[in-house]
Parts: sequence; structure tokens; C-alpha cells
Amino acid sequence: MSATLLLAQVLNGLQYGVMLFLLAAGLTLVFGIMSFVNLAHGSLYMLGAYAAAVVGVQTGSFALSVLAALATGAVVGMALEWLAVSRLYRRDHLDHVLATFGLVLFFNEVVRMIWGPQPVFVSLPESLSGTVDLLGFTYPTYRFLIIAVGLLVAAGSQWLIHKTRVGMLIRAGSVNPQMVSALGVNIRLLNAMLFALGSALAALAGAMAGPILSVQSGMGEPVLITTLVVIVIGGIGSVHGALYAGMIVGLVDTLGRTFLPMLIREFASREVANAAGPALASMLIYLLMAVILALRPQGLFPAHKA
Amino acid sequence: MKKIALTKCLALGAAALTVSAAHAEVKIGFTGPLSGPVAAVGQDQYDGFMLGIEMLGKKLGGEPVTVLREDDQLKPELGNQIARKLIDRDKVDAIVGLGFSNVLMASLPRIVESGTVAIATNAGPSPLAGAGCLPHVFSMSWQNDGTAEAMGKYAQDKGYKKVYLMAPNYQAGKDYVAGFKRYFKGQIADEVYTQVNQPDYSAEIAQLQSAGADAVFVFYPGGMGVNFVKQYSQAGLMKKLPLLSAFTVDGTTISSLRDAAVGTVSGAMWDVALKTPGNAEFIANFSKKYGRIPSHYAAVGFDTAKLLDIAVSKVKGKTADKDAFAAAVKAAGSELKSIRGPFRFNSNNMPVQNYYAFQTIKDGNDITVKLLGNPLPDHQDAYVAQCKAK
Repeated sequence: MSATLLLAQVLNGLQYGVMLFLLAAGLTLVFGIMSFVNLAHGSLYMLGAYAAAVVGVQTGSFALSVLAALATGAVVGMALEWLAVSRLYRRDHLDHVLATFGLVLFFNEVVRMIWGPQPVFVSLPESLSGTVDLLGFTYPTYRFLIIAVGLLVAAGSQWLIHKTRVGMLIRAGSVNPQMVSALGVNIRLLNAMLFALGSALAALAGAMAGPILSVQSGMGEPVLITTLVVIVIGGIGSVHGALYAGMIVGLVDTLGRTFLPMLIREFASREVANAAGPALASMLIYLLMAVILALRPQGLFPAHKA
Repeated sequence: MKKIALTKCLALGAAALTVSAAHAEVKIGFTGPLSGPVAAVGQDQYDGFMLGIEMLGKKLGGEPVTVLREDDQLKPELGNQIARKLIDRDKVDAIVGLGFSNVLMASLPRIVESGTVAIATNAGPSPLAGAGCLPHVFSMSWQNDGTAEAMGKYAQDKGYKKVYLMAPNYQAGKDYVAGFKRYFKGQIADEVYTQVNQPDYSAEIAQLQSAGADAVFVFYPGGMGVNFVKQYSQAGLMKKLPLLSAFTVDGTTISSLRDAAVGTVSGAMWDVALKTPGNAEFIANFSKKYGRIPSHYAAVGFDTAKLLDIAVSKVKGKTADKDAFAAAVKAAGSELKSIRGPFRFNSNNMPVQNYYAFQTIKDGNDITVKLLGNPLPDHQDAYVAQCKAK
């Protein structure tokens, strides 16, 4: 067990954490402010990955492919809000779940009809596909880019929410939407913009994940479940909560996967460790969520005091 | 309170997501995973099978044929229902496909009761190869351990001293690791089991770099394999640490991996590099009809059509006598000119065939495979002695 290995694993945890943050940021705002349960968030992640894959192969430019994903996310998000979601705000949460679960099936099938069941190819420019030498370990350059983009978005969203007028309205809207609307603010437009922004961030996460993951129909669902865990731990509606919780979940999951089997080997046989280690490691983040729900049901970093 | 209700709703949502679909002479039921993450695997089997039938003039053994297509969604309970439907309502002469090992095993009860001929094109689980073997249930693809055994033998022949093993944490993952170890006698650096459908392997890849192994063997089917190979290649390991694999890089994933897969060694009973009679024609026809390169799943589907063609002509179209038809299928196995090379059914109805080692290479701008060798020629599985059927 060397320090460089630990460093590599912490980087891996951070990188996973910022990916989760990109997904959780938009979703937690929609949950917190509009009180809307959006299971189709993972579909926007998938669409972002496909948009980036298609544009990346056509143009060969990574920057263009990321821009295409952002645009796709924003446009599809806006259209979704206008066509479906805005009609559902007043309905029960169970209706939200049903309707957006239907959207998940719809998007998965659309993608399968257009691109087929095989995963699609994602290109990565030569300059990003190299590795960095970390004292004997090679670490992919591209993963540093993911961390940088995630931290940039985190800083940007903090600025947006705490330093701008739109951010002030968002914060006000999350506490008392009726009052904000009575003061003459078009809360519907604000909601639509927020939804589109969240969707664009999900699509950005998809575009960033494309070069390291298999881009295929249904890729958004497993990651959405982890995102829901992040939101619950961070506190619903809290963007900084999503950032911290994303990091916590990313680190707990990565370090748990690495070190738990090693730990079990210290006092049990190799066979037991091989069987129990991965099973326990995959449960860790859910255990963490259960403990936090029991002790602090409002999450670790709630958006505002209830 | 509201937030807590919302949280409950989230949990409910997460739960909903995890659940996340004219009588001819010969009637065949095809079942396979045709939707979901492994849909490409089922689709290739179906397309290969249908291409075989088309090349036989849409006839099997001279009789017109109807194929009923069913999607098992990789759900064992659904596979069971489909087998019942095909046998009881559609009264098919044979069931082809039967999906992954878990789906195949769940479909067996009604197949066994009815005595219907069943030909698995994607699985050969060890219980079915051993004591639970059945006279009318065949595997046209492989006994599950075969490709891993071939990679174990390859690593042994290559003189690797220390190999690092990785697989998803479920039965098949453990079987593949066991299969590899059956033929590799060197040291095992470590054995790592990861979560099923884990998307990111960065932690494990960092870990394996410090193990001091000569080579890595992995079994990561479908999307897991795409994820793993992309990340392995991005970590710059492909040139430093040879990657041996089973069901990880194949015709269904290579088009999405391209350069990232170059260098990977794979165990398989068929690939496009084989120079067997009829193989070039199969590849050309498949590519022309479906616009993609066939995988070994498609090759098995194709062989199954030819196998049934021989079997139906042997019984002169009288498939109603199920025992005679099953015997004809078994005999047809030895007559079949398979595009994978020598083929016959063993006494447990599993294939006796070559398991080759292929390597993904770059040829100009194309990514293709070359044949490295044949580590396990005419290979029979380790379970055949436990089978009492004749």
C-alpha cells in the first residue's frame, strides 16, 4: 500500500464525485425548487453522450462535441419542460414518477431505433488520450480534464446562485414560490430556464463520460440511481450539498471498492474476502444514505433551514 | 415533512428504475435478449440465424419454415414464460436461442416436460454439461468455460509467470476465473471481482498496476467490456501489460472501441480471421445484409440454421417424433460443415470444437483481428464425465 496508489485512488474518487455533481446539480434544483421528481434526467445524460459522439466523429473536435451536448441538453430540456413537465407540477409525485419513467422508456427506444443496440464509437483527440506519470503510476490525462470541468461548473453554479439576481430569485423561489410570483417574477419562465440548465449539465456529464464509458441505450439509469443517493445525502435543493455529497459518495465508493476487500483479507480467508468484499463495497453508499436519513433526514447540507 | 415525502418518492423512483419491454411445415421459436444493454448479442444471434435460413432458400431440410421471434429481456422469469408459450400455444418443432445461462436454466422445466428440441446459441452452463445433461437440449455455442480455458492455456504456453484476474461478481464471472485457472499453472497475482454493470474501473486499474503481473485476464461481457477496455487503454497499459479476455472484445463491441481495443487477445471459437470453408461468404453476406461485421454470436446463429437444415432432412420433415428429431440433431452436429472449423456434439450435447486465440490489430485504417493460435484444439469440457445420458 503506497502513497501514490492512495493518491491515484483519491483522484479516481474525485473524478467520480464531480461527474455525480454534474448530474446532481440540475436534478436537485428541480427537486428542491419545483418539487418535481424527474427520472428522465438520466436520459438527458444519455442524449448528451450521443450528441457528443456524433458531432465528435463528424468534426473531430472535442470542444465542438461538448458544445453540441450542452446545446442538445438545453434544447431537449426546454422542450420537455414546455411539453410535458410544466403540465405535471401540480400533480402528485407518483404521477411525476410514472410520467418521467415513461419518458425514460421512450428515449431509450428512440436511441435504439436510430443508433441500434450496439454501443457507439466516441473519438478522443490525441492530446487528451495520453497519460500523466504519477511517481510510477500512469494516470489518464482525460480524467484530469473531467475533474477540472466539474470544479469549474461547481464554481460557476456557486457564483450564479449566490452572486446574481437570477440566483437570488432561485433561492427565493425555493423558499416561497407563491410570494416570488406575487412580486411580479415570471416563475414559470424561471422554472423552464432552470430545467434547461439542469438538463444541459446532465448532457455535459454525458459528453464527458462518453470517452471512458460505453455509450449505449439505457446508459443513464444506473448512474441516475447513484445521483439520487447523492441528492438525498446532500439535501434536496442544495447545489453545494450536491457538490459535497458527490465528492463524499465518489470517494466512499472508490476507496471502499479498493480497500474493503484488502481489509477483510486481514482477518478472513481469501475466498471469503473475494466474495464478501465486492458485495459489501457495493452496499457502502446505500448504507451511508440510510444512516444519514436516520440521523439527518433533511440531508447533510440542506439548502435552507426548514 | 414535505422533503421527507419527496425522499420516499425518490426511493420509489429508484426502485422503479431498477425494474426497468398460416401454419408451415417447420416452426422454430427464437428467443434471446433483444432489448436492454445486451440487445446487440441477441440481435446478432437472430440475424445470423435468419441469414442462414435465407441462404438455404427460406427452407430447412426442404420444408418451408416459420420463425417466431421472442425477446427475453435477459429476465429468467420471462424466458420461462416464453418457453411455455412457444411450446404450448405455438407448438414449435424446436426452440433456438434461449439467451444467457440464467435464462436458459429458467426455461428448461417446460422444455424437459414436453421433450421439445432446444438449441442454445449463447450458453452452455456447467450443470447442463454435467449431471443435469439432457438428450434433447443442445448447446451450439460453447460450454461456458471453453474460452476462459483457452486463455488460460494461451497464458501458460506463452510462459506468463504471474497473471491478474478480473471478472464481475456473479456466477459466470467465477466460472470464467475457474476456467482460466484450470489451464494456467503459474502464479495468480490477484483475483478481483467487481460489481455487475460497474461503469468505472479506474480504482481497479490503479490497483492492478501495483501487482507486478505479466498479464491481465478479464471477463467483461457487453457494455462492461467497452468500459473496461477504454479505461485500460487510456491508462496507457495496453502496451505494457498484455490484456487477455473472454467475451470482452467481440464483434458487438469492437466498432465502438476501435483503436482502444488494439492489442487485446481474446479467446473465441470463431472470429472473422478464420479461413474455414464458407466463412468468407458468410461474412460478406452478413455485412451486405445488415451493414455491420458479424460477431461470433451471429456465427453460432448461422451454424444453427445449417444444423437444423441437416436434421430436418434426416427425419424427412417428420419433426413430430421428438426423440427421433433430437437424435437427428445430434447426428447432424457431426455432419455440419461449421464455419468455425471441426465441430461435433459430445455425449453431453455440448460442442467439441477448437477454442482459438485472436488478437485485435490495426490494418491500415481498419480494426480487425488476426489468428494467434489454437490453444485448445478439439476441446471437450471438464464436465462431460458427469453426464449419464448417452
